Amino acid sequence: MSPHLQVWRWHVTMLTSILHRVTGVGLYLGGLIAAAWAISLAAGPETYETFKALLGSPLGKFVMFGMTLSVFYHLGNGVRHLVWDLGHGLDLKSANSSAYMVFGFTVAATLATWAIAFQIGAL
Amino acid sequence: MNFRTPLSTARGLGSAKHGVGHWLSERVAAVALVPLVIWGAYSVILLAQLDYYGAVEWIASPVNATLMILTIAISFMHMASGVRVIVEDYIYGHLTKAAALLLNLFICGLAGALAIMSILKVALGGA
Repeated sequence: MSPHLQVWRWHVTMLTSILHRVTGVGLYLGGLIAAAWAISLAAGPETYETFKALLGSPLGKFVMFGMTLSVFYHLGNGVRHLVWDLGHGLDLKSANSSAYMVFGFTVAATLATWAIAFQIGAL
Repeated sequence: MNFRTPLSTARGLGSAKHGVGHWLSERVAAVALVPLVIWGAYSVILLAQLDYYGAVEWIASPVNATLMILTIAISFMHMASGVRVIVEDYIYGHLTKAAALLLNLFICGLAGALAIMSILKVALGGA
């Protein structure tokens, strides 16, 4: 496998690149969960309540917490990629600091989302 | 003995000239998804409080139905093109690669179409 992962010293831009793909694949499952939501809604009240109970279970909440982290990471890092595509922030210093900004955004947005969900009684 | 001219040997070996289209459409979808996904996250916690009838009433609003359909359609387009790149990067076998690419496309197409049809059915009052 290239570029020879065994002989590379880990650095933060490498981690953000790998995480972008990992969270992207994780969100594939998230997309299928969203489709399942729509299908269960069209199937009627009983199926919909079963679907909601599944997502509301401890395992369902754990998966949804992972999805929240993944969606905000992929969103933040996706914007970082779009800025790069415009030709900005490509030097090492900017790339390193924007990596930490993405991590900060991911944690803050995830905690805020779950705090709001808790506050309005959605959990 | 090779009777082909150097030009004919070189022809067809370059890029297919289609890469820019895929690259650009992936980014257009990404830009659209920035506001849609934030709205989507807000909608998920809103829907989590509602029961079936509340959710039906919510999706009956044309704004909610439209945004939900757009979020799902563009997400599935983005998923299909993102996983396509991953398959192209890591799967080398000709047949395995073709099978994985088709499977990815069919899963996204089928799940996306089912989801949109379901939203339309409920939103248009047939549920």
